[in-house]
Amino acid sequence: MSLDLIKYIEEPHPLTGITNSKLAMWLFLATEVMLFGGLFSAYIILRVGAPDWPHGSEYLNVPLATANTMVLIISSVTMVMSWASLAMKSLPKFKFYMTMTILLACVFLVIKYIEYSHKFHLELYPSTNNFFGIYFTLTGLHGLHIIGGILVNTYFLLTANKSWAEHPKMFTGRIEAAGLYWHFVDLVWIFLFPVLYLL
Amino acid sequence: MEKLQYGIGLMPDLSTHGHGIDQLIYFLHGFMLLLFVGWGIFLAYTLIRFRARAGHKANYESLKSKLPKYAEVAVVAFEVFLLVGLSMPVWNSYKSDPPDEKEALRVRVVGQQFAWYIHYAGEDKKFGRTDSKLISDFNPLGIDSKDPASEDDFYSLRNFNLPVGKPIIAEITSKDVIHSFGVPVLRVKQDATPGITVPIWFTAKETGEFEIICSQLCGIGHSTMGGKVHVQKPEDFKKWWDEQERPYKKSTASL
Amino acid sequence: MSQDHHHQELGFIQKYIFSVDHKVIGVQYGVTALIFLFLGFCMMMLMRWQLAYPGEEVPILGGLLGSGWLPDFMSAGDVDASTYNTLGAMHGTVMIFLGVVPLGVGAFGNYLVPLQVGAPDMAFPKLNAASYWTYFAGGVVMMLGFFMPGGAANSGWTSYPPLSIFASNGQTVWLVGMVLLITSSLLGSVNIIVTIIQLRAPGLSFFKLPFFVWAQLVTSFILLLAFPPLEAAGVLQLMDRVAGTSFFLPTGLVQSNMPLEIAGGGNSLLWQHLFWFLAHPEVYVLILPAIGIVTEIVVNNTRKPLYGYKTLVYSGIFLGFMSFLVWAHHMFMTGMGETMSDFFQVTTMIISIPSVVVLTVLIITLWGGSIRFNVPMLFAVAFLPMFAIGGLTGLPLGLTASDIYFHDTYYVIGHFHYVVAPGTLFALFAGIYYWYPKVVGRKMSSFWGKIHFWGSLISINLVFFPMLLQGISGLNRRMYDPTFYEHGASIQSLNVIISYAAWALGLVQLIFILNFFLSIKFGKKVGDNPWQATTLEWATPTPPPHGNFLSEPTVYHGPYEYSVPGRTEDYLPQHVQA
Ligand code: HEM
Ligand SMILES: [Cu+2]
Ligand SMILES: [Cu+2]
Repeated sequence: MSLDLIKYIEEPHPLTGITNSKLAMWLFLATEVMLFGGLFSAYIILRVGAPDWPHGSEYLNVPLATANTMVLIISSVTMVMSWASLAMKSLPKFKFYMTMTILLACVFLVIKYIEYSHKFHLELYPSTNNFFGIYFTLTGLHGLHIIGGILVNTYFLLTANKSWAEHPKMFTGRIEAAGLYWHFVDLVWIFLFPVLYLL
Repeated sequence: MEKLQYGIGLMPDLSTHGHGIDQLIYFLHGFMLLLFVGWGIFLAYTLIRFRARAGHKANYESLKSKLPKYAEVAVVAFEVFLLVGLSMPVWNSYKSDPPDEKEALRVRVVGQQFAWYIHYAGEDKKFGRTDSKLISDFNPLGIDSKDPASEDDFYSLRNFNLPVGKPIIAEITSKDVIHSFGVPVLRVKQDATPGITVPIWFTAKETGEFEIICSQLCGIGHSTMGGKVHVQKPEDFKKWWDEQERPYKKSTASL
Repeated sequence: MSQDHHHQELGFIQKYIFSVDHKVIGVQYGVTALIFLFLGFCMMMLMRWQLAYPGEEVPILGGLLGSGWLPDFMSAGDVDASTYNTLGAMHGTVMIFLGVVPLGVGAFGNYLVPLQVGAPDMAFPKLNAASYWTYFAGGVVMMLGFFMPGGAANSGWTSYPPLSIFASNGQTVWLVGMVLLITSSLLGSVNIIVTIIQLRAPGLSFFKLPFFVWAQLVTSFILLLAFPPLEAAGVLQLMDRVAGTSFFLPTGLVQSNMPLEIAGGGNSLLWQHLFWFLAHPEVYVLILPAIGIVTEIVVNNTRKPLYGYKTLVYSGIFLGFMSFLVWAHHMFMTGMGETMSDFFQVTTMIISIPSVVVLTVLIITLWGGSIRFNVPMLFAVAFLPMFAIGGLTGLPLGLTASDIYFHDTYYVIGHFHYVVAPGTLFALFAGIYYWYPKVVGRKMSSFWGKIHFWGSLISINLVFFPMLLQGISGLNRRMYDPTFYEHGASIQSLNVIISYAAWALGLVQLIFILNFFLSIKFGKKVGDNPWQATTLEWATPTPPPHGNFLSEPTVYHGPYEYSVPGRTEDYLPQHVQA
C-alpha cells in the first residue's frame, strides 16, 4: 500500500463531506476559539474585578481602528475571490487577488504599527495598567496571527505555478483552508474592535 | 495541658466542627476498604477460576447477570449519600453559619514570605485602617496610626493566642504570594491569597499549643513557615491580652 | 511492495531521524519519552534522599555537585530548599508533559492509530514529524532551565502566581517550553483526529474501531480543547514576567515589606482557573490511553469478546466531556462560595461513575474467559486494582469537607501517583511488552519481564501506599524538610522506607531497560500475529513497512471476535471474511 494512498486529500470523504485539510483546519480553528476564548474570559474577569476601567475610546484611536476593520473585511473578500478564481480555473486572477490579500494584511500591520508607536510615544505601555496590558496582549497576539497568515499566503503565492500544474485540486483545497483561517483572524478582529475600542 | 500524641493516623481533633469531618473521613475509608476488598476478592476469584488450562475454553457469550448493574447502582447511591448526607451538610453548615459577631473574637491573619501575622482589633473590636502603602519594617501590617480605631490594635508574629471555647473569626489574607493557613488539629485550612480576604471561623475545644502549617507552596521558606496557636483558658488569655503593648496608642505614636 | 526498493534509497538520516513515517515517529516519541521518564525519576531520587535524610549531603553526587560540573543552583552538595523546589516542579512537569503524555499519545497513538484503522500513515505525515520535533525542542528548552542563573522553574508544576511571577528566569524558560509542548500536542491531536475520522479502512465503521482508537480520539479532543486556555494563561503569565503587566498581580502587593512598583488590579485566582481548566482534563489525557491499552490486552488474553463495548465507548466520551466541568475541585480551599463548591463536588462525584463503569466492564470481561498470564497481561491486570486505589482515594479529595484535612498533604501525592504511576505507567509497560514484537519482530524475554513485573508491583506499592498514610497523618506535600513539624518527625520512618522502596523500584527498571535493548538482538523471533489477535495492526508484515499494509484491508467484523462458536481458531481477525 503506497503512501499516495492517503485518501481524501483531494476528494471529500463520502461520510464527512470534507477533505482532510479542511477538517484539520476546522479543528485548528476550534483550538483558536478556545485560545481567544480563554483570553476573552480573562479580560472579562479582570474588567469585572476592577474598581474602574478606562473607556477604550478615550485612549485608543477609533478612526484608525475603523479603517483597519475595513481593510481586513476587504482582505477577506479578496481572499474569497482568490479561491473562487482557482475554482474557475484562472491562475492569473488568483495571483492578483492573493497579492491584494497580502498587501491589505500589510496595510493592517502598518496602521497597527502607527497606533502602537503613538501609544509608546505617550508612554502608554502594557505595564501602565491592565487595560493597556490586555489591549497590547490581545492585539499583539492577533497581529502574530496576521503575520502567520501573510507568511502562509506568500508561500502559496510563490509556489502557485508548480502546485497548480501538479495538483490543482489539492491546491484549491489548500487555498480554501487558508481562507478559513483568514476569515477567522478577521472575525477575531471584529470581536476585538468593539470590545477594546468601543466598550 | 497535655502533650498531643502524633503518629500514623489522623491528627487529634480539638475543634468543635472537626467531628463531622473526621466522621466523613472514617466513613469514606470504611466504604473504600469494603469496596476494594470485595471487588479484589471477585477479581482474584475470576482470575483463578478462568485461567487458561488444558481443556478449558473461553465463552463467546458474556455474562448475562444483572449483578454488575446493581453493584454499580449501589455504589452510585452510596456516593450520593456521602455527598448529600455527609459532605455537604458538614461543609455548608461550617461555611454558611458564621458565629454571632458579639460572642466571637475577630482577628486578621496575614501571611507573608515566610511568617504569619495575627492582627487583633483591641477592645473596640474595630481594626484600624490598613493600607499597603504604609507597610514598612516597623509597620508590617500597614496600620494607619491616624485612624482612631487603631489605637488599641496590636499584632503578633507567628504566635496566635486565643481563648478556649470562644468562637474565632479569622480573616485570612496575604501580602505577597499565596499561602495557606492550615491548623490541622483545628481542622482548618484556608488559602491566603493576596488581594482577597476570606473569613473563616472555628472554636477550639481544649487548651494547648498547636502548629500552624503553611499549606501552599510559597517559596524557599515554605516548609518552615510555621507558627503556633496557643489556646488558653479565658483568664490566661485575658492576662496575655492585657499585657500586650499597643503600638498605635496616641501617646506612643506621637513620640 | 513497490515501495520497498524505493525506500532503500533514503539515507539513514531521512529514514530514522527526519522520518515522516508514523511508525518511526512513534518510536522516536517512545524513546525520547522513556528517557525523560528516567530523568524525572532521577530528579525524584535526589528529592527522596533529602526526604529520608534531611540536610545530609547527597552521597557521591554531593561531591560532584560542589565541583562545578553541575548547574550551579545545586552547588551546595545537599538538596537545599531551593533545589528541592526546583526538582519538585521539574519532576512534575517532566513526568507529565515530557514523559507520560508523549508516551501514551505520541508513541502509542502515533504507532498504532494508523495501523488499527487500516491507513497507510497519518493524514499529515509532515505535520506529524513537525509535532515530534516541536516536542523535542520543548523538552530541550525545559532542560535548559536548569542552567539558568537561579535554576529551573521552582514554583511547582502548577506555577501559581504571584510566586511564579517573582521566581527567577527559569520560570520564563518553563513558559516558553510549555508553549512549545502545547503547540506540539495541538498538532499531534489534530492529526490523530483527522486520521481516525477520515482514513478508516473500508468497512471499519466507528463501532468497529478497537477501543484503543476511541480512547485516542477522546484524548485528542481533550488536548485540542483544554490546552489552548493554558496557552492563553501562559501568554498572560509571560506578559506579567516580561512586559511588566499585572494580570495576576492584585493591587497592593508588598514583598519584604517593600511595596512593589506595579500597576496592580490583577487576579491571582484567574491563573488557577485557567490552569486547572487544562490540568484536570490532562488527568484524563494521562489515563484514557492507558485504559485503551489495557482494554486491548485484557480482551486479547481473555480470548472472549469485550463485555459492553458500547458502554465503554460512551463512558469514555462522557468522561472526556465531564472532565471539563470539574476543574475547580482543585481550588476548594481558595475560599469559593457554597454554590460553586457544591457544583464542583457534584460534578466530581458524577465523573467517578464512568470510571466505575470502565473497571466493571473490564472485570466482567474476564468472567468466562480463558485467561493467559503473559507479561503484558500481568501488567494490564495489575492496572485494575492500582487504578481502583487511585480512583477511590480521589473521593476524600473531591468531597469538600474531607478535603479541608487532606488538601495539600501527601494524601494527594499518593492519590494521583496511584493513578499515574502504578496505573498509567503499568498500562504503558503492558503496551510496550505487547506491541514490541510488532515493532521489532522479536518478543521481550518473558522470564525477565515477570521479574520486572513482580518487582515493580511490590516496590511501587511500598512507595506510594505509605504516602497515603503520611497524608492521613497530616504530612504536607512540597516540604523539603518533612521533620520540621513534630507530627512529621514522628512518622519520619515512613520516608526512609519509601526511599528504600524507590531504590528497589529503580533497580527493577534496569532489568526492563536491559531486556528492552537486548531483546532487539536476542529476543525470540515471532511471526506477524504472535498473540493471535484480531485487530488490524496484526495484519501487517512485521515490522510493518513504510505504507503499512500490503494491500488496503477491508473490515468485516468488530474488533474483538474471540472464541467465535464453530471455528477451529479461537480468534477471527477483523479483515478476514468468515
Ligand atoms: C515512579 C516513581 C515516582 C516517584 C517515586 C514519585 C514521587 C513523588 C513525590 C514524593 C512527590 C512529592 C514531592 C513533594 O511534594 O515534595 C511527587 C510529586 C509529583 N509527581 Fe511524582 N513520583 C513518581 C512518578 C511520577 C509520575 C509517573 C508522574 C506523572 C505522570 C508524577 C507526577 C508528579 C507531580 C505532578 C507531582 C507534583 C509536583 C509538584 O508538587 O508541583 N510522578 N512525586
Ligand atoms: Cu507560605
Ligand atoms: Cu482534578
